[in-house]
Amino acid sequence: MHPFLQKLLSSEMVITDGAWGTQLQERGLPVGAPPDEWNLSHPELVREVAAAYVGAGSRVILTNSFGANRINLARHGLGKKVRDINQSAVQLSREAAADGTAHVFASMGPSGKMLMTGEVSEPELREAFEEQSHWLAAAGADALLIETMTYLEEARIAIAATHATGLPVVACMVFDSGKEKDRTMMGVTPEQAAVALLAAGADIIGANCGQGIEGFVPICKRLHAAGARPVWIKANAGIPRMAGGHIEYAGTADEFERFAPVLKAAGAGFLGGCCGTGPNFIRAIQNVVQA
Amino acid sequence: MSDLQQLYTAVLDGNARASKAIVEQALAEGADPQVLVTQYMIPAMDEVGRRFESNEYFVPELLISARAMKTALQIITPLLTAKGAQPIARVAIGTVKGDLHDIGKNLVSAMLEGGGFQVLDCGVDVAAEKFIEAIKTKQANVVALSALLTTTMPMMKTTIEAFKTAGVRGQIKVIIGGAPVTQKYAEEIGADGYADNASSAVTLARSLVSK
Repeated sequence: MHPFLQKLLSSEMVITDGAWGTQLQERGLPVGAPPDEWNLSHPELVREVAAAYVGAGSRVILTNSFGANRINLARHGLGKKVRDINQSAVQLSREAAADGTAHVFASMGPSGKMLMTGEVSEPELREAFEEQSHWLAAAGADALLIETMTYLEEARIAIAATHATGLPVVACMVFDSGKEKDRTMMGVTPEQAAVALLAAGADIIGANCGQGIEGFVPICKRLHAAGARPVWIKANAGIPRMAGGHIEYAGTADEFERFAPVLKAAGAGFLGGCCGTGPNFIRAIQNVVQA
Repeated sequence: MSDLQQLYTAVLDGNARASKAIVEQALAEGADPQVLVTQYMIPAMDEVGRRFESNEYFVPELLISARAMKTALQIITPLLTAKGAQPIARVAIGTVKGDLHDIGKNLVSAMLEGGGFQVLDCGVDVAAEKFIEAIKTKQANVVALSALLTTTMPMMKTTIEAFKTAGVRGQIKVIIGGAPVTQKYAEEIGADGYADNASSAVTLARSLVSK
Protein backbone atom coordinates (compact mmCIF):
# COMPACT_ATOMS: atom_id res chain seq x y z
CA MET A 1 0.00 0.00 0.00
CA HIS A 2 1.10 3.54 -0.74
CA PRO A 3 2.85 5.02 2.35
CA PHE A 4 0.57 8.08 2.30
CA LEU A 5 -2.51 5.91 2.82
CA GLN A 6 -0.72 3.71 5.32
CA LYS A 7 0.02 6.75 7.44
CA LEU A 8 -3.51 8.11 7.07
CA LEU A 9 -4.98 4.80 8.23
CA SER A 10 -2.55 4.30 11.09
CA SER A 11 -4.78 5.73 13.82
CA GLU A 12 -8.57 5.77 13.73
CA MET A 13 -11.10 5.16 10.94
CA VAL A 14 -10.89 8.04 8.45
CA ILE A 15 -14.10 10.01 8.00
CA THR A 16 -14.52 11.10 4.38
CA ASP A 17 -17.22 13.37 2.98
CA GLY A 18 -20.81 13.02 1.78
CA ALA A 19 -22.53 13.51 -1.56
CA TRP A 20 -21.64 16.21 -4.07
CA GLY A 21 -24.20 15.87 -6.84
CA THR A 22 -27.23 16.07 -4.58
CA GLN A 23 -25.62 18.91 -2.57
CA LEU A 24 -25.09 20.89 -5.77
CA GLN A 25 -28.68 20.19 -6.78
CA GLU A 26 -29.80 21.73 -3.50
CA ARG A 27 -27.82 24.79 -4.52
CA GLY A 28 -29.61 25.05 -7.83
CA LEU A 29 -27.82 22.73 -10.25
CA PRO A 30 -30.47 22.36 -12.97
CA VAL A 31 -32.12 19.27 -14.45
CA GLY A 32 -29.71 17.00 -16.28
CA ALA A 33 -26.89 19.55 -16.21
CA PRO A 34 -23.36 18.19 -15.74
CA PRO A 35 -22.24 18.99 -12.14
CA ASP A 36 -18.57 19.15 -13.21
CA GLU A 37 -19.19 22.24 -15.32
CA TRP A 38 -20.07 24.16 -12.16
CA ASN A 39 -16.36 24.25 -11.30
CA LEU A 40 -16.12 26.89 -14.03
CA SER A 41 -19.51 28.60 -13.89
CA HIS A 42 -20.29 28.44 -10.12
CA PRO A 43 -16.94 27.91 -8.36
CA GLU A 44 -18.17 29.60 -5.16
CA LEU A 45 -21.00 27.08 -4.73
CA VAL A 46 -18.71 24.10 -5.40
CA ARG A 47 -16.21 25.45 -2.85
CA GLU A 48 -19.10 25.87 -0.42
CA VAL A 49 -19.93 22.14 -0.62
CA ALA A 50 -16.30 21.23 0.00
CA ALA A 51 -16.02 23.71 2.87
CA ALA A 52 -19.21 22.37 4.48
CA TYR A 53 -17.61 18.92 4.64
CA VAL A 54 -14.36 20.26 6.04
CA GLY A 55 -16.45 22.10 8.62
CA ALA A 56 -18.32 18.90 9.47
CA GLY A 57 -15.04 17.16 10.23
CA SER A 58 -14.21 15.27 7.03
CA ARG A 59 -10.57 14.24 7.00
CA VAL A 60 -10.80 13.40 3.32
CA ILE A 61 -12.83 15.45 0.86
CA LEU A 62 -13.41 14.63 -2.78
CA THR A 63 -13.45 16.88 -5.81
CA ASN A 64 -16.29 17.80 -8.15
CA SER A 65 -14.84 15.79 -11.03
CA PHE A 66 -16.84 12.56 -11.01
CA GLY A 67 -17.97 12.94 -14.62
CA ALA A 68 -14.99 14.94 -15.88
CA ASN A 69 -13.52 12.39 -18.27
CA ARG A 70 -13.57 13.42 -21.93
CA ILE A 71 -16.03 10.71 -22.96
CA ASN A 72 -18.65 11.89 -20.52
CA LEU A 73 -17.93 15.61 -20.92
CA ALA A 74 -18.18 15.31 -24.71
CA ARG A 75 -21.82 14.27 -24.34
CA HIS A 76 -22.46 17.69 -22.86
CA GLY A 77 -20.37 19.50 -25.46
CA LEU A 78 -17.58 20.01 -22.91
CA GLY A 79 -14.98 17.72 -24.47
CA LYS A 80 -12.47 20.54 -24.75
CA LYS A 81 -12.78 21.55 -21.09
CA VAL A 82 -11.23 18.44 -19.53
CA ARG A 83 -8.16 20.27 -18.30
CA ASP A 84 -9.97 23.33 -16.94
CA ILE A 85 -12.71 21.39 -15.20
CA ASN A 86 -10.36 18.91 -13.50
CA GLN A 87 -7.82 21.51 -12.46
CA SER A 88 -10.46 23.75 -10.96
CA ALA A 89 -12.05 20.76 -9.23
CA VAL A 90 -8.85 20.12 -7.28
CA GLN A 91 -8.20 23.80 -6.73
CA LEU A 92 -11.67 24.42 -5.21
CA SER A 93 -11.38 21.49 -2.80
CA ARG A 94 -7.83 22.55 -1.94
CA GLU A 95 -9.03 26.05 -1.10
CA ALA A 96 -11.74 24.63 1.15
CA ALA A 97 -9.14 22.44 2.88
CA ALA A 98 -6.54 25.19 3.16
CA ASP A 99 -6.24 24.80 6.94
CA GLY A 100 -4.68 21.38 6.35
CA THR A 101 -7.18 19.27 8.28
CA ALA A 102 -8.51 17.47 5.21
CA HIS A 103 -6.82 15.66 2.34
CA VAL A 104 -8.11 15.97 -1.21
CA PHE A 105 -8.97 12.74 -3.04
CA ALA A 106 -9.88 13.44 -6.65
CA SER A 107 -12.99 11.67 -7.92
CA MET A 108 -13.08 9.74 -11.20
CA GLY A 109 -16.35 8.09 -12.24
CA PRO A 110 -17.10 5.72 -15.12
CA SER A 111 -17.27 6.75 -18.77
CA GLY A 112 -20.98 5.97 -19.02
CA LYS A 113 -20.27 3.91 -22.15
CA MET A 114 -20.24 0.16 -22.34
CA LEU A 115 -16.98 -1.48 -23.29
CA MET A 116 -18.45 -4.88 -24.05
CA THR A 117 -20.92 -3.62 -26.65
CA GLY A 118 -18.22 -1.67 -28.44
CA GLU A 119 -19.72 1.75 -27.60
CA VAL A 120 -16.24 2.68 -26.46
CA SER A 121 -12.89 1.00 -27.06
CA GLU A 122 -10.19 0.06 -24.58
CA PRO A 123 -7.69 2.64 -25.94
CA GLU A 124 -10.38 5.34 -25.80
CA LEU A 125 -11.09 4.53 -22.17
CA ARG A 126 -7.40 4.41 -21.29
CA GLU A 127 -6.68 7.77 -22.93
CA ALA A 128 -9.66 9.40 -21.22
CA PHE A 129 -8.64 8.19 -17.77
CA GLU A 130 -4.97 8.99 -18.36
CA GLU A 131 -5.88 12.50 -19.37
CA GLN A 132 -8.21 13.08 -16.43
CA SER A 133 -5.84 11.64 -13.82
CA HIS A 134 -2.97 13.64 -15.28
CA TRP A 135 -4.75 16.97 -14.75
CA LEU A 136 -6.06 16.00 -11.32
CA ALA A 137 -2.54 15.06 -10.23
CA ALA A 138 -0.98 18.13 -11.82
CA ALA A 139 -3.41 20.34 -9.90
CA GLY A 140 -2.23 18.81 -6.62
CA ALA A 141 -4.63 16.03 -5.59
CA ASP A 142 -3.35 13.89 -2.68
CA ALA A 143 -4.87 10.69 -4.05
CA LEU A 144 -7.21 9.46 -6.77
CA LEU A 145 -10.57 7.80 -6.21
CA ILE A 146 -12.01 5.62 -8.96
CA GLU A 147 -15.64 5.14 -7.96
CA THR A 148 -19.09 3.82 -8.90
CA MET A 149 -17.62 1.25 -11.30
CA THR A 150 -19.81 -1.65 -12.45
CA TYR A 151 -17.54 -3.44 -14.91
CA LEU A 152 -14.20 -4.90 -13.83
CA GLU A 153 -12.55 -4.27 -17.16
CA GLU A 154 -13.30 -0.53 -17.10
CA ALA A 155 -12.13 -0.29 -13.48
CA ARG A 156 -8.91 -2.09 -14.35
CA ILE A 157 -8.25 0.21 -17.29
CA ALA A 158 -8.90 3.26 -15.10
CA ILE A 159 -6.52 2.03 -12.38
CA ALA A 160 -3.77 1.29 -14.89
CA ALA A 161 -4.30 4.69 -16.50
CA THR A 162 -3.50 6.43 -13.20
CA HIS A 163 -0.11 4.74 -12.69
CA ALA A 164 1.84 7.50 -14.39
CA THR A 165 0.69 9.99 -11.73
CA GLY A 166 2.38 8.04 -8.92
CA LEU A 167 -0.52 8.95 -6.62
CA PRO A 168 -2.21 6.48 -4.27
CA VAL A 169 -5.38 5.02 -5.78
CA VAL A 170 -8.62 3.94 -4.17
CA ALA A 171 -10.94 1.92 -6.44
CA CYS A 172 -14.53 1.06 -5.64
CA MET A 173 -17.54 -0.46 -7.29
CA VAL A 174 -21.28 -0.18 -6.83
CA PHE A 175 -22.97 -3.32 -5.54
CA ASP A 176 -26.70 -3.00 -6.13
CA SER A 177 -27.77 -6.06 -8.11
CA GLY A 178 -28.63 -9.70 -7.57
CA LYS A 179 -30.83 -11.32 -4.94
CA GLU A 180 -28.60 -10.22 -2.07
CA LYS A 181 -27.64 -6.87 -3.63
CA ASP A 182 -24.05 -8.06 -3.54
CA ARG A 183 -23.26 -7.92 -7.24
CA THR A 184 -22.56 -5.00 -9.52
CA MET A 185 -24.89 -4.47 -12.47
CA MET A 186 -22.39 -6.51 -14.47
CA GLY A 187 -22.52 -9.36 -11.95
CA VAL A 188 -19.18 -8.75 -10.20
CA THR A 189 -18.93 -10.07 -6.61
CA PRO A 190 -16.98 -8.35 -3.80
CA GLU A 191 -14.40 -11.16 -3.96
CA GLN A 192 -13.89 -10.78 -7.71
CA ALA A 193 -13.62 -7.00 -7.28
CA ALA A 194 -11.09 -7.28 -4.45
CA VAL A 195 -8.80 -9.63 -6.34
CA ALA A 196 -8.96 -7.83 -9.68
CA LEU A 197 -8.71 -4.25 -8.42
CA LEU A 198 -5.77 -4.98 -6.14
CA ALA A 199 -4.03 -6.91 -8.91
CA ALA A 200 -4.54 -3.91 -11.21
CA GLY A 201 -2.66 -1.77 -8.70
CA ALA A 202 -5.29 -0.17 -6.43
CA ASP A 203 -3.98 0.63 -2.94
CA ILE A 204 -7.40 0.45 -1.33
CA ILE A 205 -10.63 -1.11 -2.58
CA GLY A 206 -14.19 -0.44 -1.60
CA ALA A 207 -17.86 0.06 -2.35
CA ASN A 208 -19.95 3.16 -2.90
CA CYS A 209 -23.50 4.17 -3.89
CA GLY A 210 -26.32 1.83 -4.90
CA GLN A 211 -27.93 1.18 -1.53
CA GLY A 212 -28.39 2.37 2.02
CA ILE A 213 -25.76 1.93 4.72
CA GLU A 214 -27.18 -1.28 6.19
CA GLY A 215 -26.50 -3.17 2.95
CA PHE A 216 -22.82 -2.21 3.09
CA VAL A 217 -22.05 -4.30 6.16
CA PRO A 218 -21.85 -7.74 4.48
CA ILE A 219 -20.13 -6.24 1.42
CA CYS A 220 -17.52 -4.53 3.61
CA LYS A 221 -16.84 -7.79 5.45
CA ARG A 222 -16.34 -9.67 2.20
CA LEU A 223 -14.12 -6.99 0.65
CA HIS A 224 -12.07 -6.95 3.83
CA ALA A 225 -11.72 -10.73 3.93
CA ALA A 226 -10.78 -10.96 0.25
CA GLY A 227 -8.52 -7.91 0.13
CA ALA A 228 -6.94 -8.13 3.60
CA ARG A 229 -6.75 -4.36 4.02
CA PRO A 230 -8.99 -1.55 5.28
CA VAL A 231 -12.02 -0.92 3.06
CA TRP A 232 -13.36 2.31 1.56
CA ILE A 233 -17.13 2.68 2.15
CA LYS A 234 -19.48 5.43 0.96
CA ALA A 235 -23.15 4.57 1.42
CA ASN A 236 -26.25 6.27 0.05
CA ALA A 237 -28.93 7.78 2.23
CA GLY A 238 -31.12 4.87 1.15
CA ILE A 239 -32.58 4.52 -2.33
CA PRO A 240 -34.01 7.66 -3.95
CA ARG A 241 -37.72 7.74 -4.66
CA MET A 242 -40.08 10.24 -6.17
CA ALA A 243 -42.46 11.92 -3.78
CA GLY A 244 -44.82 14.46 -5.28
CA GLY A 245 -42.45 15.66 -7.98
CA HIS A 246 -39.24 15.80 -5.95
CA ILE A 247 -36.57 13.30 -4.94
CA GLU A 248 -36.57 11.90 -1.46
CA TYR A 249 -33.86 9.89 0.28
CA ALA A 250 -35.25 7.82 3.11
CA GLY A 251 -31.94 7.29 4.94
CA THR A 252 -31.04 9.42 7.94
CA ALA A 253 -27.96 10.66 9.76
CA ASP A 254 -29.09 8.61 12.79
CA GLU A 255 -28.82 5.46 10.70
CA PHE A 256 -25.27 6.41 9.75
CA GLU A 257 -24.45 7.01 13.39
CA ARG A 258 -25.82 3.57 14.27
CA PHE A 259 -23.98 1.75 11.50
CA ALA A 260 -20.60 3.52 11.70
CA PRO A 261 -19.27 1.27 14.50
CA VAL A 262 -20.69 -1.81 12.75
CA LEU A 263 -18.84 -0.92 9.57
CA LYS A 264 -15.69 -0.17 11.50
CA ALA A 265 -15.88 -3.65 12.98
CA ALA A 266 -16.52 -5.03 9.48
CA GLY A 267 -13.20 -3.63 8.29
CA ALA A 268 -13.98 -0.13 7.02
CA GLY A 269 -10.93 2.13 7.08
CA PHE A 270 -12.64 5.04 5.33
CA LEU A 271 -16.28 5.91 5.89
CA GLY A 272 -18.48 8.53 4.28
CA GLY A 273 -21.71 9.05 2.38
CA CYS A 274 -22.80 8.94 -1.23
CA CYS A 275 -26.01 10.21 -2.91
CA GLY A 276 -28.47 11.95 -0.61
CA THR A 277 -26.07 12.44 2.31
CA GLY A 278 -24.82 15.82 3.53
CA PRO A 279 -22.63 17.40 6.21
CA ASN A 280 -25.04 16.33 9.00
CA PHE A 281 -24.35 12.67 8.12
CA ILE A 282 -20.63 13.32 8.44
CA ARG A 283 -21.06 15.00 11.80
CA ALA A 284 -23.11 12.03 12.98
CA ILE A 285 -20.47 9.42 12.14
CA GLN A 286 -17.69 11.58 13.45
CA ASN A 287 -19.22 11.59 16.93
CA VAL A 288 -19.03 7.82 16.94
CA VAL A 289 -15.42 7.57 15.88
CA GLN A 290 -14.26 10.13 18.38
CA ALA A 291 -16.31 8.63 21.18
CA MET B 1 -29.71 -32.86 -40.52
CA SER B 2 -28.03 -30.62 -37.94
CA ASP B 3 -29.10 -30.81 -34.33
CA LEU B 4 -31.14 -27.66 -33.85
CA GLN B 5 -31.09 -27.98 -30.11
CA GLN B 6 -27.51 -26.73 -30.52
CA LEU B 7 -28.93 -23.47 -31.87
CA TYR B 8 -30.92 -23.04 -28.67
CA THR B 9 -27.76 -23.74 -26.65
CA ALA B 10 -25.63 -21.38 -28.76
CA VAL B 11 -27.99 -18.47 -28.14
CA LEU B 12 -28.37 -19.33 -24.47
CA ASP B 13 -24.58 -19.46 -24.05
CA GLY B 14 -24.06 -16.34 -26.11
CA ASN B 15 -21.95 -18.14 -28.69
CA ALA B 16 -22.39 -15.92 -31.76
CA ARG B 17 -20.02 -17.92 -33.94
CA ALA B 18 -21.85 -21.18 -33.28
CA SER B 19 -25.31 -19.66 -33.72
CA LYS B 20 -24.28 -18.27 -37.13
CA ALA B 21 -22.72 -21.57 -38.25
CA ILE B 22 -25.70 -23.65 -37.16
CA VAL B 23 -28.20 -21.34 -38.85
CA GLU B 24 -26.20 -21.34 -42.09
CA GLN B 25 -25.96 -25.12 -42.11
CA ALA B 26 -29.61 -25.63 -41.20
CA LEU B 27 -30.74 -23.28 -43.96
CA ALA B 28 -28.48 -25.04 -46.46
CA GLU B 29 -30.17 -28.28 -45.45
CA GLY B 30 -33.56 -26.75 -46.13
CA ALA B 31 -34.73 -25.80 -42.65
CA ASP B 32 -37.64 -23.35 -42.39
CA PRO B 33 -36.20 -20.02 -41.15
CA GLN B 34 -39.41 -19.26 -39.26
CA VAL B 35 -39.07 -22.50 -37.33
CA LEU B 36 -35.48 -21.70 -36.37
CA VAL B 37 -36.62 -18.40 -34.89
CA THR B 38 -39.81 -19.40 -33.15
CA GLN B 39 -38.88 -22.88 -31.94
CA TYR B 40 -35.24 -22.45 -30.97
CA MET B 41 -33.95 -18.89 -30.89
CA ILE B 42 -36.80 -17.02 -29.20
CA PRO B 43 -37.23 -19.78 -26.57
CA ALA B 44 -33.48 -19.46 -25.90
CA MET B 45 -33.82 -15.70 -25.39
CA ASP B 46 -36.83 -16.31 -23.15
CA GLU B 47 -34.66 -18.59 -21.03
CA VAL B 48 -31.94 -15.91 -20.97
CA GLY B 49 -34.58 -13.49 -19.70
CA ARG B 50 -35.74 -15.94 -17.06
CA ARG B 51 -32.18 -16.48 -15.83
CA PHE B 52 -31.58 -12.72 -15.77
CA GLU B 53 -34.70 -12.08 -13.75
CA SER B 54 -33.80 -14.82 -11.29
CA ASN B 55 -30.28 -13.37 -10.89
CA GLU B 56 -28.49 -16.31 -12.50
CA TYR B 57 -27.49 -14.13 -15.45
CA PHE B 58 -26.24 -10.56 -15.26
CA VAL B 59 -25.86 -7.87 -17.89
CA PRO B 60 -22.81 -9.37 -19.63
CA GLU B 61 -24.58 -12.71 -20.21
CA LEU B 62 -27.64 -10.83 -21.44
CA LEU B 63 -25.54 -8.87 -23.91
CA ILE B 64 -23.62 -11.80 -25.34
CA SER B 65 -26.82 -13.82 -25.80
CA ALA B 66 -28.48 -10.85 -27.50
CA ARG B 67 -25.43 -10.61 -29.75
CA ALA B 68 -25.62 -14.31 -30.67
CA MET B 69 -29.33 -13.85 -31.40
CA LYS B 70 -28.69 -10.78 -33.52
CA THR B 71 -25.95 -12.51 -35.50
CA ALA B 72 -28.34 -15.33 -36.38
CA LEU B 73 -31.20 -12.94 -37.11
CA GLN B 74 -29.06 -11.01 -39.57
CA ILE B 75 -29.04 -14.12 -41.75
CA ILE B 76 -32.66 -15.08 -41.19
CA THR B 77 -34.53 -11.76 -41.24
CA PRO B 78 -33.95 -11.01 -44.96
CA LEU B 79 -35.36 -14.45 -45.80
CA LEU B 80 -38.45 -13.85 -43.70
CA THR B 81 -38.95 -10.37 -45.11
CA ALA B 82 -38.71 -11.76 -48.65
CA LYS B 83 -41.56 -14.11 -47.76
CA GLY B 84 -43.61 -11.13 -46.60
CA ALA B 85 -43.22 -11.73 -42.86
CA GLN B 86 -43.55 -8.68 -40.64
CA PRO B 87 -41.70 -8.06 -37.39
CA ILE B 88 -43.81 -8.46 -34.24
CA ALA B 89 -43.84 -4.68 -33.96
CA ARG B 90 -41.72 -1.60 -34.63
CA VAL B 91 -40.44 -0.03 -31.46
CA ALA B 92 -39.17 3.56 -31.39
CA ILE B 93 -36.92 3.75 -28.34
CA GLY B 94 -35.06 6.61 -26.73
CA THR B 95 -33.98 8.35 -23.53
CA VAL B 96 -36.17 11.38 -22.87
CA LYS B 97 -35.20 14.99 -23.40
CA GLY B 98 -32.66 16.32 -20.93
CA ASP B 99 -31.32 12.86 -20.11
CA LEU B 100 -28.12 11.61 -21.75
CA HIS B 101 -27.93 8.12 -20.27
CA ASP B 102 -28.02 5.31 -22.77
CA ILE B 103 -26.89 2.09 -21.11
CA GLY B 104 -30.38 1.04 -19.98
CA LYS B 105 -31.92 2.07 -23.27
CA ASN B 106 -29.31 0.08 -25.21
CA LEU B 107 -29.90 -3.03 -23.11
CA VAL B 108 -33.63 -2.87 -23.77
CA SER B 109 -32.94 -2.34 -27.50
CA ALA B 110 -30.71 -5.42 -27.61
CA MET B 111 -33.29 -7.55 -25.84
CA LEU B 112 -36.17 -6.30 -28.02
CA GLU B 113 -34.19 -7.08 -31.18
CA GLY B 114 -33.45 -10.49 -29.73
CA GLY B 115 -37.17 -10.91 -29.11
CA GLY B 116 -38.02 -10.34 -32.77
CA PHE B 117 -38.94 -6.66 -32.69
CA GLN B 118 -37.72 -4.11 -35.20
CA VAL B 119 -36.02 -1.39 -33.16
CA LEU B 120 -35.77 2.23 -34.23
CA ASP B 121 -33.19 3.74 -31.90
CA CYS B 122 -33.88 7.48 -31.51
CA GLY B 123 -30.86 7.94 -29.19
CA VAL B 124 -30.60 10.05 -26.03
CA ASP B 125 -32.00 13.50 -25.16
CA VAL B 126 -34.94 12.79 -27.49
CA ALA B 127 -37.65 15.41 -27.94
CA ALA B 128 -41.26 14.27 -28.38
CA GLU B 129 -41.19 15.48 -32.00
CA LYS B 130 -38.55 12.93 -32.89
CA PHE B 131 -40.68 10.07 -31.57
CA ILE B 132 -43.70 11.47 -33.40
CA GLU B 133 -41.70 11.49 -36.62
CA ALA B 134 -40.78 7.82 -36.08
CA ILE B 135 -44.44 7.00 -35.50
CA LYS B 136 -45.59 8.85 -38.61
CA THR B 137 -42.85 8.05 -41.10
CA LYS B 138 -41.54 4.70 -39.91
CA GLN B 139 -44.78 3.22 -38.62
CA ALA B 140 -43.52 2.66 -35.09
CA ASN B 141 -46.37 1.13 -33.11
CA VAL B 142 -44.60 0.91 -29.77
CA VAL B 143 -42.70 3.76 -28.12
CA ALA B 144 -40.26 2.89 -25.33
CA LEU B 145 -39.15 5.77 -23.09
CA SER B 146 -36.16 5.63 -20.78
CA ALA B 147 -35.03 7.99 -18.00
CA LEU B 148 -32.29 7.45 -15.43
CA LEU B 149 -32.74 10.66 -13.50
CA THR B 150 -35.53 11.59 -11.14
CA THR B 151 -35.14 15.05 -12.59
CA THR B 152 -35.84 13.99 -16.18
CA MET B 153 -38.54 11.45 -15.39
CA PRO B 154 -41.33 14.08 -15.64
CA MET B 155 -40.34 14.46 -19.30
CA MET B 156 -42.04 11.09 -19.88
CA LYS B 157 -45.35 12.69 -19.01
CA THR B 158 -44.62 15.66 -21.27
CA THR B 159 -43.77 13.30 -24.13
CA ILE B 160 -46.98 11.30 -23.75
CA GLU B 161 -48.96 14.53 -23.71
CA ALA B 162 -47.25 15.61 -26.93
CA PHE B 163 -48.36 12.31 -28.51
CA LYS B 164 -51.95 13.16 -27.61
CA THR B 165 -51.66 16.67 -29.01
CA ALA B 166 -50.16 15.31 -32.24
CA GLY B 167 -53.05 12.86 -32.51
CA VAL B 168 -50.85 9.74 -32.53
CA ARG B 169 -51.44 8.42 -29.02
CA GLY B 170 -54.12 5.97 -30.24
CA GLN B 171 -51.76 4.35 -32.77
CA ILE B 172 -49.11 3.34 -30.29
CA LYS B 173 -48.41 1.59 -27.04
CA VAL B 174 -46.10 3.50 -24.71
CA ILE B 175 -43.82 1.59 -22.36
CA ILE B 176 -41.47 3.21 -19.85
CA GLY B 177 -38.53 2.21 -17.70
CA GLY B 178 -35.40 3.42 -15.91
CA ALA B 179 -33.99 3.47 -12.40
CA PRO B 180 -36.43 5.91 -10.75
CA VAL B 181 -39.52 4.80 -12.72
CA THR B 182 -42.24 2.70 -11.10
CA GLN B 183 -45.48 0.96 -12.10
CA LYS B 184 -47.35 3.57 -10.12
CA TYR B 185 -45.70 6.36 -12.08
CA ALA B 186 -46.59 4.62 -15.38
CA GLU B 187 -50.22 4.57 -14.31
CA GLU B 188 -50.10 8.20 -13.18
CA ILE B 189 -48.87 9.48 -16.53
CA GLY B 190 -51.00 7.20 -18.67
CA ALA B 191 -48.30 4.94 -20.10
CA ASP B 192 -49.45 1.51 -21.26
CA GLY B 193 -46.85 -0.34 -19.24
CA TYR B 194 -43.72 -0.34 -17.12
CA ALA B 195 -40.90 -2.85 -17.02
CA ASP B 196 -38.19 -2.88 -14.38
CA ASN B 197 -35.56 -4.63 -16.50
CA ALA B 198 -34.57 -5.27 -20.11
CA SER B 199 -35.92 -8.78 -20.12
CA SER B 200 -39.36 -7.98 -18.75
CA ALA B 201 -39.58 -5.10 -21.26
CA VAL B 202 -39.73 -7.74 -24.01
CA THR B 203 -42.50 -9.68 -22.26
CA LEU B 204 -44.38 -6.43 -21.71
CA ALA B 205 -44.05 -5.27 -25.33
CA ARG B 206 -45.21 -8.66 -26.59
CA SER B 207 -48.25 -8.69 -24.36
CA LEU B 208 -49.22 -5.17 -25.40
CA VAL B 209 -48.96 -5.72 -29.16
CA SER B 210 -50.85 -9.00 -29.03
CA LYS B 211 -53.86 -7.29 -27.46
